Amino acid sequence: MSAAPARLPTPLILSAPAALLFGALILTPLVLTALLSFNEFEHATGRTHGFTVAHYASVLSDSYYLEIFLRTFRVAALATAICVVIGVPEAYILSRMRNPWRSVFLLVVLAPLLVSVVVRAFGWSMLLGPEGPVNAALMALGFGRMRLLYSEGTVIVALVHVMLPFMVIPVWTSLQKLDPAVEQAALSFGASRATAIVRVVAPQILPGILSGSLIVFGLSASAFAIPGLLGGRRLKMVATIVYDQYLSDLNWPMGAAVAVLLLAANLIVMLTYHRVVEGHYRRRLG
Amino acid sequence: MTRNGPIALIFHSLVVLFMLAPLAIVCLVAFTPENTLSLPTRGLSLRWFEAVFRHPDFVQSFWNSLWLALLSATLAVVLAVPAALAITRWEFRGRGFLNALFLSPLIIPHLVLGVAMLRLFALVGATGSFGWLVAAHIVIVTPYVMRLLIAAITGFDRSVEQAAYSLGASEATVFRRVTLPMILPGVTGGWLIAFINSFDELTMSIFITSPSTVTLPVRMYMYATESIDPMMAAVSAIIVGITAVAVLLLDRVYGLDRILVGQH
Amino acid sequence: MSFLELQDITKSYGTLNAVSDVTLSVEKGEFVSLLGPSGCGKTTTLQMIAGFVEPTSGTIRLDGRDITHAKANSRGLGIVFQSYALFPHMTVFDNVCFGLEMQRVPKGERRPRVEEALELVHLAAYAGRYPRELSGGQRQRVALARAIVIRPPVLLLDEPLSNLDAKLREAMQFELRDIQRKVGTTTVMVTHDQAEAFSISDRVVVMESGRITQIDQPYRIYEHPETEFISRFVGKTNLLPGTVQAVNDRAATVSLGGVPVEIDAGALVRGDTVTLCIRPEKLRLTGSGLGRLPGRVAERYFLGSQWLYHIDGPLGTLMAVTPNDGSAPLDTGEPVGLDWTPSVVRVHRGRLAEAPDPTLEAH
Repeated sequence: MSAAPARLPTPLILSAPAALLFGALILTPLVLTALLSFNEFEHATGRTHGFTVAHYASVLSDSYYLEIFLRTFRVAALATAICVVIGVPEAYILSRMRNPWRSVFLLVVLAPLLVSVVVRAFGWSMLLGPEGPVNAALMALGFGRMRLLYSEGTVIVALVHVMLPFMVIPVWTSLQKLDPAVEQAALSFGASRATAIVRVVAPQILPGILSGSLIVFGLSASAFAIPGLLGGRRLKMVATIVYDQYLSDLNWPMGAAVAVLLLAANLIVMLTYHRVVEGHYRRRLG
Repeated sequence: MTRNGPIALIFHSLVVLFMLAPLAIVCLVAFTPENTLSLPTRGLSLRWFEAVFRHPDFVQSFWNSLWLALLSATLAVVLAVPAALAITRWEFRGRGFLNALFLSPLIIPHLVLGVAMLRLFALVGATGSFGWLVAAHIVIVTPYVMRLLIAAITGFDRSVEQAAYSLGASEATVFRRVTLPMILPGVTGGWLIAFINSFDELTMSIFITSPSTVTLPVRMYMYATESIDPMMAAVSAIIVGITAVAVLLLDRVYGLDRILVGQH
Repeated sequence: MSFLELQDITKSYGTLNAVSDVTLSVEKGEFVSLLGPSGCGKTTTLQMIAGFVEPTSGTIRLDGRDITHAKANSRGLGIVFQSYALFPHMTVFDNVCFGLEMQRVPKGERRPRVEEALELVHLAAYAGRYPRELSGGQRQRVALARAIVIRPPVLLLDEPLSNLDAKLREAMQFELRDIQRKVGTTTVMVTHDQAEAFSISDRVVVMESGRITQIDQPYRIYEHPETEFISRFVGKTNLLPGTVQAVNDRAATVSLGGVPVEIDAGALVRGDTVTLCIRPEKLRLTGSGLGRLPGRVAERYFLGSQWLYHIDGPLGTLMAVTPNDGSAPLDTGEPVGLDWTPSVVRVHRGRLAEAPDPTLEAH
C-alpha cells in the first residue's frame, strides 16, 4: 500500500535534506580529493595544477612509502589477530555469565569505546612510560627499565585496547542468536566441552568473528591518534603520513593520493566481505 | 547455564584490568599534587583541575566541543528521522543508494573524510567556519542515529498506526501522537550516541578546525604532542567523567547493550 | 438495500489478483465471518473495507454512501487488529479515549463513554494500566473497547482471537458474540478458524484464491458444502471418487472402485464422474457382517468426548467418529460394519485431483 503512485515523491521529499547534505559533504569532497590526487604539485609555490599519476607512482615504488604501507598492514593484522584471541573467548565468557554480572561486565568491556581515543592513548603513554607502573613492575621483577614507548608493540597494544569492543560486539551478537540448547545437545551426544565448542559453537559464531576482524582491521589500518601519539616521530603509519603531507609538507596532492589508496583498500575489504562472506553465511545460518 | 571455570575467570579479570587500566591511571594521575606525571602518593590535589579551568585554550575548546556536539547531534536527528522513515517505509528508486550513502561514513576512514572536507572547505572558502564544522560533524554522526532509527521503525507494528487512522486521526496526528512516541527511545538513544561521537571526534576535526574552532580532542592531541604534564590527565579525567554520565543516561533511556550490540 | 455492500471488488497487484469480483451484502446488525486459508484474500477484503487498501475496481457502499475511495480516517469504522495494535505508550483509558478525542467528542462526554466501554469488556478496574501490564486476553478486550467506544457503523475484526490460547479463545468467542449482540453493531470478522466462524457468525463467507465460493449460515455450509474445497476445509470428511453406474427415479448407484454404493439421485447421468463426501460422524459402526460395507479397525484415537476410528475396508481407509458414551471402545483389528443414511452423502461432480496434505490445510 506504500507504493501508491500518487505518493511516490513523499520518500524523496523526506530524505532530500539528508541526501543533499551527504551529497555536498561526502560525495563532492571525495570526488574533489580524487581529482586533487592527480594534480601536479609545485614545491616552490605550492600551486596544484595539471594532470599526473606521479604521486601514485611514487607511493607504489618509493621504498619509504612501501615500508609505511607494509608496517601499517602488519600492525593492523597483528592488532586484529590479538583482538580475535582476546575478544572471542571474552565474548563467550560474558555470554555464559549470569545477570547482573553479565550486564556490568559488558558495560565495562564496551563502554571504553565511548571515551575519547586521545584520553586512552594518553593513558597508555602513562602506563608504559619510563616512570609508569608497567616499568615499575618490570624493575621490581628484576628486568630493569625498558623503553616501551614509541615502538610498534605499544601501538599494537593501544590499538587492541581501542578495537577490542568492535570484536566483542559482533561475536556477542552471534552468541546471543545461538540457541544454548544446541551446545547442550552436543554435550548430550557425548561430546566433550572442547569438542562442543569447536564443532558446534565456533562454526556458528564464525561470521561474527569475520565481521569483527574486518572492522578491526579497517579501523586499525586507518587509525590516526594512536600511532600519532604513541608512535612518535619515527614510527609513521599511513594515517600519520597523510597528516604530515597535508599539514607539514603542504603537498596536498601527495596526501590525497595516499588517502585515496587507503579508502580504496578499505572499500575493497568491506565490499568483498559483504559479497562473499555474508552471502554465504546468510544462506546457511539465516 | 553453566558457570565459567577458574581459568575463564582469570582470563576475564585480566581483560577487565586491561580495559580499565588506562582510564584508571588517567583519573588517578589527575589528582596528583606533583609537577610531573605521577600517581598521587602524597595526598590528593585539585590543582591540575584548577589549571585546566584557568587555561583559556582548553576552556574555549571545551565550549566549542560542547556546542558542536549539541548542534550536530540535534540536527542529525532532525535530518535522520524523515530519512529513516523514507528508507524503511517506502520502496522507491534510489532507496538502496540512499541507504548506503547515509551509512557510508561508517566505512570511510575519518582521516579520508577529513582531507576530503579540507579540500572542499578550501575551495569554497569555508576553512575555519564553525557552521561548516557542524555540517561535517552532522555527516559523521548521522549514521549512528540512522541505524537506531531504522531498527526502531522496522520493529514497529504498522497496525498501531492503522488503528489510529481508523479512529479518525489525521496523518500529522498519527505521527505526533503515535509514531514519534513509539520511536522516541530510538531518537533519544541516537541523539546521545551522536553527541558522544561528535564530542570525541579527533581524526576528521584535526583537518578542518581553525585556531578559533579547535575542539577539545584536537586541543588535547596538539597539547600532548608538545608537552605532557598532569593537566592533560585532568582534562582526560573530566572527559571520562562526562562520558560516564552520558553512558549512564544512555543506559537508562535505551539500554547500552542494545545500542552498542545493535551496531553490527 | 443492505447496510454494507461490496460490489465486484477486485484488488490486483500487478498481474496477481489478491481478490477477484467479491460481492457481498451485510445487513444491519449482522455478524458475518470471512473464512478461508491464508492467502485466500480475506484479510485484503477486510483492509479494503477499512480503507487501508484501495480496490482496483468495484464499489464499497456503507448505508447507501459510496466509500470506495474514502480515506481510512474518515470512515469511522471500528477495527480490532490481530496484533491488537494498542498504543503502548498510553494507558488503557487513553487508548480507548483516543478515538473520542479524534472525533472531537466534548470533553465532558468522554469519560463516561470510556468507562461504559470498559465496563462492557469487564476492564473498568484496569483503566490506569499500560498495555504491557495486561494479559493477552485483557489486551484483546481493550482493543475491542477502543473499537466500539466510537460507536462505529461497522466493526471489523481481523483474526481477533488467534493470539489467545485455546481455552481463552473459546471463552472469548462467546463473549465477543455477547457484546456484539448488546451493542448491535454490524460486524465483519476475518478468521481461518472454522470453529470460531461457525460458533459466533450469522453467516459465513468462504473464500478461496481471492474468490467467494459460498455464503451461507454456518450449519448449511457444514452440511451442504458447495465445493470439495469447502468440504475439506470445513471439518473432516471422507472423499470417495467413483462413477455413476445406474440411475432410477429415487436412487443412483455409484461404483467406488468396483464397490456399488446407493445414493439419493440428483441430476446425475450414467457415466458421470463424481466424488462422494461423507462426514465421519455420519458413519455408523455396526456389528461385523451388518451395514453396507465390511471393515476392520486400523487405528483409534481418543478425543475426549469422541472416538475417532480409522477403518480399513474395500474403499480404503475411512474416518468414523462415534460419541464417547462411556462404554469400552472397539479394539484395533476388530471387524466392524459401516452404515449410513443415503441422504447424508454429498455428491460433487468431477474427481479429486489429488489427496490434499492435511498439514497444509490447517491455515
